[in-house]
Amino acid sequence: MFSPVVEVSHISKEFGLIKAVDDVSFSIMPGEIVGLLGPNGAGKTTILHLLLGLTAPTTGIIKIFGLDLKQHRSRILARVNFSSTYVALPYSLTVRESLQVFAWLYGVKDRHKKINEVLALFEVEDLASRPVRTLSSGQITRLNLAKALINDPLVLFLDEPTASLDPDIADKTRSLLKRIKQEKKISILYTSHNMREMEQISDRILFLHQGRIIATGTPDEIITKFKGEDLEEVFLKIARDKTG
Amino acid sequence: MNRIWALFLRHIYLYPRSFSRMMELFYWPFMDLVVWGFISLYLMKYGRSLPNFVAFLLGALILWDILFRSQQGISVSFLEDIWARNLLNLFVSPLQPGEYILALMLFSCAKVIVAGAIMSLLAWLLYSFNFFLLGLSLLGFILGLVAMGWAIGLFTLSLILRFGQQAEVLAWGLAFLFQPVSAVFYPVSILPGWLQKIAQLVPSSYIFEGMRSVIVNGQVPLKNLVFCFLIDGVYLLLAFLYYHHVFKVVKEKGLLAKIGE
Repeated sequence: MFSPVVEVSHISKEFGLIKAVDDVSFSIMPGEIVGLLGPNGAGKTTILHLLLGLTAPTTGIIKIFGLDLKQHRSRILARVNFSSTYVALPYSLTVRESLQVFAWLYGVKDRHKKINEVLALFEVEDLASRPVRTLSSGQITRLNLAKALINDPLVLFLDEPTASLDPDIADKTRSLLKRIKQEKKISILYTSHNMREMEQISDRILFLHQGRIIATGTPDEIITKFKGEDLEEVFLKIARDKTG
Repeated sequence: MNRIWALFLRHIYLYPRSFSRMMELFYWPFMDLVVWGFISLYLMKYGRSLPNFVAFLLGALILWDILFRSQQGISVSFLEDIWARNLLNLFVSPLQPGEYILALMLFSCAKVIVAGAIMSLLAWLLYSFNFFLLGLSLLGFILGLVAMGWAIGLFTLSLILRFGQQAEVLAWGLAFLFQPVSAVFYPVSILPGWLQKIAQLVPSSYIFEGMRSVIVNGQVPLKNLVFCFLIDGVYLLLAFLYYHHVFKVVKEKGLLAKIGE
């Protein structure tokens, strides 16, 4: 029996009078892909930021690898990584230079080998000497994902990682993430507004609304529970019912 | 005509709520007037009897640039991470806030060495001014100015972290607030009494006074250096405490994510 790699217990986050996250608890098991789903303002990004230690919860405890994030931030983050469509890499550096910086930051041992490995994994070896600013948004997304694997993370937090990719590359990226998850037993917390993608990739979904988890289960369980045709219909139903 | 008016309006709308644009209108003209006013007073009073005035000016210019580069090495390097939307990637790594600052300090030293070397070489080639005539005291001057640059840079970085890109303009402007009371191009005695008192609290004023003393009578101003380092220590301590406080606030309010995306 495995113990969870991520354990979130009753976390809340208040920004002044606004309660962005309201008494949320969940866990992620090794090798599990958990999709964080919800309308804009539901608290998805705040939860990701809380898990990355970018902001502190008002109440509650976050444990990753059994360690309290508040007390062991650096130790935990050495084995965690993150990629977001909205965050970039230094645009004046070349792809290889950018990855070098992050390899040093994460204390990667054989940096040269690791960089070649992640470049090959995302099929961007030919871009290694190009400045980041000259890359297309799809190439930047792949580079971000390459950076996210530079330290062989055990947990990956992905914020809309395929948002700027064309359907072909997005599909390849999803397949790749599934493969990596299976081969390396990485746990992934994934946010996306693409419902089909969530259905395809997630082992389990946490449905957030107004800072609370209102449903949790496999995509099929969620669809059945809310009597929808697919996840998109369920999403629209919940978002409109609750806000309307 | 409507189209021209539309564009005129587009720019006018920006000014009342833009700190940086207001600075452009009021701060810079004011600072220019103050500094050049005191230089004019100095020349009027001592112009004919000033020995080595070129050395005074060039030496002061190079030393001021050292302070400025040291400050920029911290605050502008931080801005580079914001502009590149890379800040979040750094702070979701095991990097500690203190390590981030130490890395920027190290980088600012490299920047000072390169810029200082280039300026000294150019001053020698173009004006036959040997910056190294300041001798061993030069090392003390540079250390004193670099430390002050770090303190201003760290304070600016903290303000940007706390108040966002509205405060960006301080990365270029804040150091110049210290220029009139640093007595870079004229002695402290030129300043009115109340400004002389403020100058006593500014580390760089001791350096520039010391530089003139070395050029005029070759004396190493140990007392000036000691005062400069003591006040630098206070500045750095305050800047670190403020950074530490701001980082806590930023984490509480989730501002790092906002500024980093």
